[in-house]
Amino acid sequence: MASAFEYAPAPESRSVVDIAPSYGLFIDGEFTEAAEGKVFKTVSPSSEEVLSEVARAGAADVDRAVKAARKAFEKWSALPGSERAKYLFRIARIIQERSRELAVLETLDNGKPIKETRDADLPLVAAHFFYYAGWADKLDHAGYGANPRPLGVAGQVIPWNFPLLMLAWKIAPALATGNTVVLKPAETTPLSALFFADICRQAGLPKGVVNILTGYGDAGEALVSHPDVDKVAFTGSTAVGKAIARSVAGTDKKVTLELGGKGANIVFDDAPIDQAVEGIVTGIFFNQGQVCCAGSRLLVQESVQDEVLDALKRRLSTLRLGDPLDKNTDIGAINSSEQLARITSLVETGEAEGAERWSAPCELPSSGYWFAPTLFTNVTQAHTVARDEIFGPVLSVLSFRTPDEAVAKANNSQYGLSAGIWTEKGSRILAVANKLRAGVVWANTFNKFDPTSPFGGYKESGYGREGGRHGLEAYLDV
Amino acid sequence: MSDQNRLGVFKTYKLYVGGKFPRSESGRVYEVTDSKGQWLANAPQSSRKDARDAVVAARKAFGGWSGATAYNRGQVLYRVAEMLEGRKDQFVREVAASEGLSKSKAAAVVDAAIDRWVWYAGWTDKIGQISGGANPVAGPFFNLSTPEPTGVVAVLAPRKSSLLGLVSVIAPVIATGNTAVVVASADAPLPALSLGEVLATSDVPGGVVNILSGVTAELAAPLAAHQDVNAIDLTGADPALAKELEIAAADNLKRVLRPGPVDADWAASPGTHRLTAFLETKTVWHPTGALGAAGSSY
Repeated sequence: MASAFEYAPAPESRSVVDIAPSYGLFIDGEFTEAAEGKVFKTVSPSSEEVLSEVARAGAADVDRAVKAARKAFEKWSALPGSERAKYLFRIARIIQERSRELAVLETLDNGKPIKETRDADLPLVAAHFFYYAGWADKLDHAGYGANPRPLGVAGQVIPWNFPLLMLAWKIAPALATGNTVVLKPAETTPLSALFFADICRQAGLPKGVVNILTGYGDAGEALVSHPDVDKVAFTGSTAVGKAIARSVAGTDKKVTLELGGKGANIVFDDAPIDQAVEGIVTGIFFNQGQVCCAGSRLLVQESVQDEVLDALKRRLSTLRLGDPLDKNTDIGAINSSEQLARITSLVETGEAEGAERWSAPCELPSSGYWFAPTLFTNVTQAHTVARDEIFGPVLSVLSFRTPDEAVAKANNSQYGLSAGIWTEKGSRILAVANKLRAGVVWANTFNKFDPTSPFGGYKESGYGREGGRHGLEAYLDV
Repeated sequence: MSDQNRLGVFKTYKLYVGGKFPRSESGRVYEVTDSKGQWLANAPQSSRKDARDAVVAARKAFGGWSGATAYNRGQVLYRVAEMLEGRKDQFVREVAASEGLSKSKAAAVVDAAIDRWVWYAGWTDKIGQISGGANPVAGPFFNLSTPEPTGVVAVLAPRKSSLLGLVSVIAPVIATGNTAVVVASADAPLPALSLGEVLATSDVPGGVVNILSGVTAELAAPLAAHQDVNAIDLTGADPALAKELEIAAADNLKRVLRPGPVDADWAASPGTHRLTAFLETKTVWHPTGALGAAGSSY
């Protein structure tokens, strides 16, 4: 669709962030090289520009970081909760102060639009630290009995889709409850965690309480299987989550897993269609669909299917894909060439299996990793694109006739992380929400997050909750 | 008029699956003895097929039981206590024989088991309030977290505490709306099999609790690997078996409750841990809309 007016470029300035040419591991309050001296490059997925070179942690580094965290645990856990709280409040404030810098950094390293890092990621990161800071001296009142004890050293492995937000979800409750942490960010997005290390230094956080190990899956595996780690927290793929669940068998390690999803977004015929279309777009195209709780299966009532699809295609044609630092950009870059290859391959499978593909007519930049917003119609429940998590800007559309059929189709998945319901009828919302086997249900909205709101899955989407009072349990010996 | 020479009538102990009392499909039985080695009964030695049948029954019962009101589930659990109270003498005999306890000690155990049903009967309509609630999100949204049952739970009953331990692991699982496939203590299965008869007459819908006797490892392995089982309580497994089962359970990410100490004090106050172990938290969001900024001052 030709637009009447073109947008002028409106790029956010890069000058607000100063990325060093190289970074070390953050262990025991110091940046150090990896024991084996290995490094890897992190690139900006929108341009393939090398942003920096970071140390690649190995087993020896994991061991050193766990030892540092263990050593720091005794004093940290013995601090009065009110003192731990003040450290976390400091961190929350520094994040707020530096939020534009961190937003630009995250956009550069991850590829997501500045609109999202500025208005969603960073405010939520600061809010998460602020929320859990307040819990640190109130744990006696959290419903887990008097004086609940921390577990010890937490080994935390996070993904690349919300690098700093996932760090906040892991570190804030761990520290509030008196644990110390060793955290490994994803190999494609190591930078914001390293900047967070600097924030810990600015906040005066005692050495060893937070340790950051940049590296690959081997470092993550060494971390979660380290015998002196008491708690494992992982966000990522279901396959890796299962491997972790196997590896901790027979140990005393407490585990929380936040894994994949194939969320159903259910649109009933009495839904406000324009709002529902916005919700569908938010559900699957937010962060290029690289969201575990994405509404990647649209279940639309047959009587409004054509109307919804027409409106949806019209809306998708207006989305602006391109420079993530541009303030008008809606769709940024795919995080890595590997992820782009996975998305491409699953979309090819979808076409080969007979689903009908439609992609928004938009020009893709010549460098970087890009995928146009895409939807599949003529999808059956047996199709790969209706079952497997694509983790990209790809929506599978299925239809239904009755609420019972909608619920049956929504629940027909190995996953159970999120779901959406669009209808003006209150009793139908409550009835359907009640039947959905999913940890988060958004009714007449989608992809909303808040530090007070527990988040996590049913079934193979993992176990444990992050956020809210519930999120404390994962880090307490209860 | 009693006749001292009257020959007693033995009971054929059977499984409890889907509200019925089948023998093992394998036709196998094994000898159950008292603590002194005296023969007590031939108990069914369940097979993998019996375990799978029990899962099917438990799954079938899940919708109705989890959909029942919490108040109704509380009434049903209380009814179990009433029925058990009425058959106290039988259970005192069975527990005394199974665990080698004096009659008075066995009576105390049975009393505690009855009281445990009462404790959990009262929890059914309270757990939602202590483990869920409204979340004050920073935006115009109604946001509510509610606990829901995990689904079908495989329960390996304690090896030693044949009734109080058994009740202590079954009641919290079903109180919240889960359904259970229970593997009774291999050495002391008779109180468990008799408990099936109590459940069958307590308004507990068929399939909500299914009780199998046999070799723990033989039954636990297919349950831990079963793709339609959502969680497993490993209380009755030794450390080596527990590790093996936890590995198998990872295949569909079953929620795992690891075994506590073998000589756990089942008489102690149970707390809420076993209730929350088999609950999922569902959080529902909805926009609140907004009235005029002035609102009402009254």
